Amino acid sequence: MVKKLRYTNALAVLLTVVGLSAPALAGSEDVVVENAWSRASIGVNRPGAAYMTVRNTGEDALTLTGLATPLAVMPQIHETKTNSDGVSSMAPAGEITIEPGQSVALEPGGLHAMLMKLQEPMIEGETFPLTLAFSDGGEVTVEVPILGIAARGPES
Amino acid sequence: MQRRHVVQYGAAGVGAVALMLGFGWWRVDGPGAPKPASQRPLPLSAMEFRLTDHEGNEVGPGTVIGRPTMVFFGFTYCPDVCPTTLSDISGWLEDLGDEAAQMNVAFITVDPARDTVDAMAEYVGYFHPAIRGWTGPEDQIARAAEGFRASFERVPTEGGGYTMNHTASVFLFDAEGELVTMIDYHEPREFAVPKIRRALTEDVEGAT
Repeated sequence: MVKKLRYTNALAVLLTVVGLSAPALAGSEDVVVENAWSRASIGVNRPGAAYMTVRNTGEDALTLTGLATPLAVMPQIHETKTNSDGVSSMAPAGEITIEPGQSVALEPGGLHAMLMKLQEPMIEGETFPLTLAFSDGGEVTVEVPILGIAARGPES
Repeated sequence: MQRRHVVQYGAAGVGAVALMLGFGWWRVDGPGAPKPASQRPLPLSAMEFRLTDHEGNEVGPGTVIGRPTMVFFGFTYCPDVCPTTLSDISGWLEDLGDEAAQMNVAFITVDPARDTVDAMAEYVGYFHPAIRGWTGPEDQIARAAEGFRASFERVPTEGGGYTMNHTASVFLFDAEGELVTMIDYHEPREFAVPKIRRALTEDVEGAT
């Protein structure tokens, strides 16, 4: 666990360094993923959800095209919307473009990484790798910590 | 000459009728129509449904009258909104501490096919102990939703499964079962706790 977290930090540092050293290049190397977290699951029948902030530190717009993880057969970015009558619905969000210098927040009640068809239960205290694929063909992998079922954010 | 006047009057008449019809539609069925009072949840005493809580007890609207009550709809296969609502409510109850001890909190599933009594028991066990999970036959769930003026709909998903669209608001009733207010899904937490206090104080005022 400690080792995994250290790896995440190293990855974040690496991404930042790469992003700073090559500011002119637009691409997934300019992506910084922060505050990733998810909730533990009960077994494997229910879908899981993961949250994070994806920041584009580059000078060109980037498009997040898909997700991959050994944890789930069908990971997909979904969006929850609540209409004026208070009815919430959820649907695939499609591709998400992040303008240069901007970030996209995947957070409860909005965008989230929906983890459908879990291969194994999500256990509190563990982490899992989640790969974000971008339109330039690049990929960024983050280790997502699994918090308790009742977690409200990356700190709880 | 004469004929041209008739045509002109006729056209003006048709125009006036169309305008009146249009105005009538706007007022009655269109965006100008007043919100029907029927969209407000009924008092608990006017509702009728029979469900089972996560400990196997028979429950209904009568079970919660007598104490302030918080009710919301959801389902345990919901990855985003429902765990968020349940953990928000758990946080509000923690903030209220002893104040909330006399409150009923019911989480009614809109997906009874998957949310059996056992599934509800396991799920609510992860949240504040005051939260009770209610499930039951589909027709009784539908009657409950009707009383709260809540809606739900089964939506197929890509992977061959399904998800549920549903009303995500939290309903607050006083001890007599009258609706006090609703907490909308995206309302900041600092608004929620005072609203719950209002439901709790209305009870105190009613009792004295």
